[in-house]
Amino acid sequence: MAGKRFRPDMTVVLAVCIFLFLAVCPFFLSMFRVSLIGKYMCYAIVALGLDMIWGYTGILSLGHGVYFGLGAYCMAMYLKLEASGESLPDFMIWSGQNSLPAFWKPFANPVFAMAMVVVVPVLLAVIIGYLTFLNRIRGVYFSILSQALAMILSVLLIGSQEYTGGSNGLTNFTTMFGQSLSSPAMKIRLYYAAFIALVVIFIICRFLVTRRIGKIFIAIRDGENRVRFTGYNTAVYKVFVYGLSAAIAGIAGALYVSQVGIITPADVNITPSVEMIIWVAIGGKGTLAGPMLGAILVNALKTAASEQFPELWSYFLGIVFILVILFMPGGFVSLRSIPGKLRRKFAKTAKEEYA
Amino acid sequence: METFLMQIFNGISVSSIFLLASLGLAVTFGLMGVINMAHGEFIMIGAYTAYVVQNLFRTYLPAAVFDVYVFVAIAASFLAAALFGAVLERLVICRLYGRTEDSLLVTWGVSLTLQQLARSIFGAPNVGVDAPSFMEKSLRVSSTLAFPLKRIFILAIALICLGSVYALMYKSRQGRNIRAVMQNRNMAACLGVNTKRIDCATFAAGCGLAGLAGCALTWIGPIGPTLGTNYIVDTFMTVVVGGAGSILGTVFGSAFIGVGGTTFEFFTNASVGKVLIFACIILLLQFKPKGIFAVRNRALED
Repeated sequence: MAGKRFRPDMTVVLAVCIFLFLAVCPFFLSMFRVSLIGKYMCYAIVALGLDMIWGYTGILSLGHGVYFGLGAYCMAMYLKLEASGESLPDFMIWSGQNSLPAFWKPFANPVFAMAMVVVVPVLLAVIIGYLTFLNRIRGVYFSILSQALAMILSVLLIGSQEYTGGSNGLTNFTTMFGQSLSSPAMKIRLYYAAFIALVVIFIICRFLVTRRIGKIFIAIRDGENRVRFTGYNTAVYKVFVYGLSAAIAGIAGALYVSQVGIITPADVNITPSVEMIIWVAIGGKGTLAGPMLGAILVNALKTAASEQFPELWSYFLGIVFILVILFMPGGFVSLRSIPGKLRRKFAKTAKEEYA
Repeated sequence: METFLMQIFNGISVSSIFLLASLGLAVTFGLMGVINMAHGEFIMIGAYTAYVVQNLFRTYLPAAVFDVYVFVAIAASFLAAALFGAVLERLVICRLYGRTEDSLLVTWGVSLTLQQLARSIFGAPNVGVDAPSFMEKSLRVSSTLAFPLKRIFILAIALICLGSVYALMYKSRQGRNIRAVMQNRNMAACLGVNTKRIDCATFAAGCGLAGLAGCALTWIGPIGPTLGTNYIVDTFMTVVVGGAGSILGTVFGSAFIGVGGTTFEFFTNASVGKVLIFACIILLLQFKPKGIFAVRNRALED
């Protein structure tokens, strides 16, 4: 290593660029676009959590919609109760409920609801993670189980109409902390709340992956048995990182529902859960900045494509995903290494010619 | 008593559908180690093939021979799905042997594309296929108890498929070659087995079985572009519970999920039943993390 030039980590530079862009967005974009980007930021938060478990620890969860959804539903229950005031939420009246179910009552308190946004997903993740990772159910077996989890939660939400609003989900919110949700000032506030959450969670993840624990995550990904034989209890690390990503997804869900104003079982099911994986893969797993970029780019493209030609979007997403996995396993972020690779290739051929 | 018998019959009938749908998966996932998330879409391809065959019969042939379409549809849906499978294997899957996780992701992309393709060709709404008249009857056991004939027909197809897969895998030279390639690719290649051809044929056969399942599904309900997604989770669970790589395990897994699921649903309701069966599966995997009939292996890593 000749010369100790300051060489910043390219992914951090990319992340800072993304943050700068997001920070100034509201100053020059219309309110409509700003709230769209606010939504993408929630997706970017989920992508960060997924990157922690998949990109760094190698656990492929196809059911992260569950944790996103649980966080969103916890927040939505509070918003719904605030919107209905003293009376019952509308869908409960429609399905013939006479009184508020006991588990709904504490959600009238915003602090409790916000705590549950993290507690409920983490609790479920720890239980599921404990039962699976401790028995060394791993790899694709875990992926299949997590996928089943997503299907089951959505079936359960649809089935218990009188408690969850069924397939219509929870919607028609009016206020949050007494402030109208539809006012531009509140929208900007929610946008920056999501922005701050994104930055803080990025910093936490970055902190973890550059420390010793991050090295253990990567070691588990690359050779779990060796880590176990070195004396680490890998199950504990896996449960921890799974719970962490569930918490992150829960927070993202809560921010999502307060900005978008609706959460339905369709957002919890398998398809959106796998779409989250697609963002991470396209952006570039194992880099933190890549998945954020992937989530924002894919969703921006999705919005643009759905406005112009909704037919083509599924083809496009499917084919791009196939091509990325097959030929660009490092995702978008890995494109930056192409000039270097080409240079090396040319250098090599030149050498061979002289040899 | 009669409710009980009916319940048992329902359980067996649902199990036979799961068995039919997951036999193909037992071949592609269990033997080849490829997680084919597009398996459900091959079921869909089979179902739409049956639909097309039915329409062709209705348009071009006299009504008297309409019922024969069933047998043509069974063959056509197997072939159509197998053909798609072979193309997919040559184009995509052949690059992914040994990369299980990537095969899962890529085939998810394939499934997205195929679903959209079906939507573009046949439209988003569900279409119906008329079961032939001889299947509309039911087998009367007593005055109040009758088993629909189409369910019995599906059960029969499932058993025939099971027998054929078993015979193919364990009693034929072809099957020995397949198992040899899956167990030790390099050694099999050294001994003169054309591994590329085996891969392609095996994957195509697995997809063909899915197509057959799709054909059977047309008789019990309408079909649509998202038909496959309804089955993908259950079929994968079947293979996981039974143990990948074991045909017997697949039979057991489908019986477990089929009979268990219908029983739970009988005592509770559809959504709680699903939760209970999932809890049972997690519980079962606590003791048998590799499935009930796991193929034993001395290797530490999968």
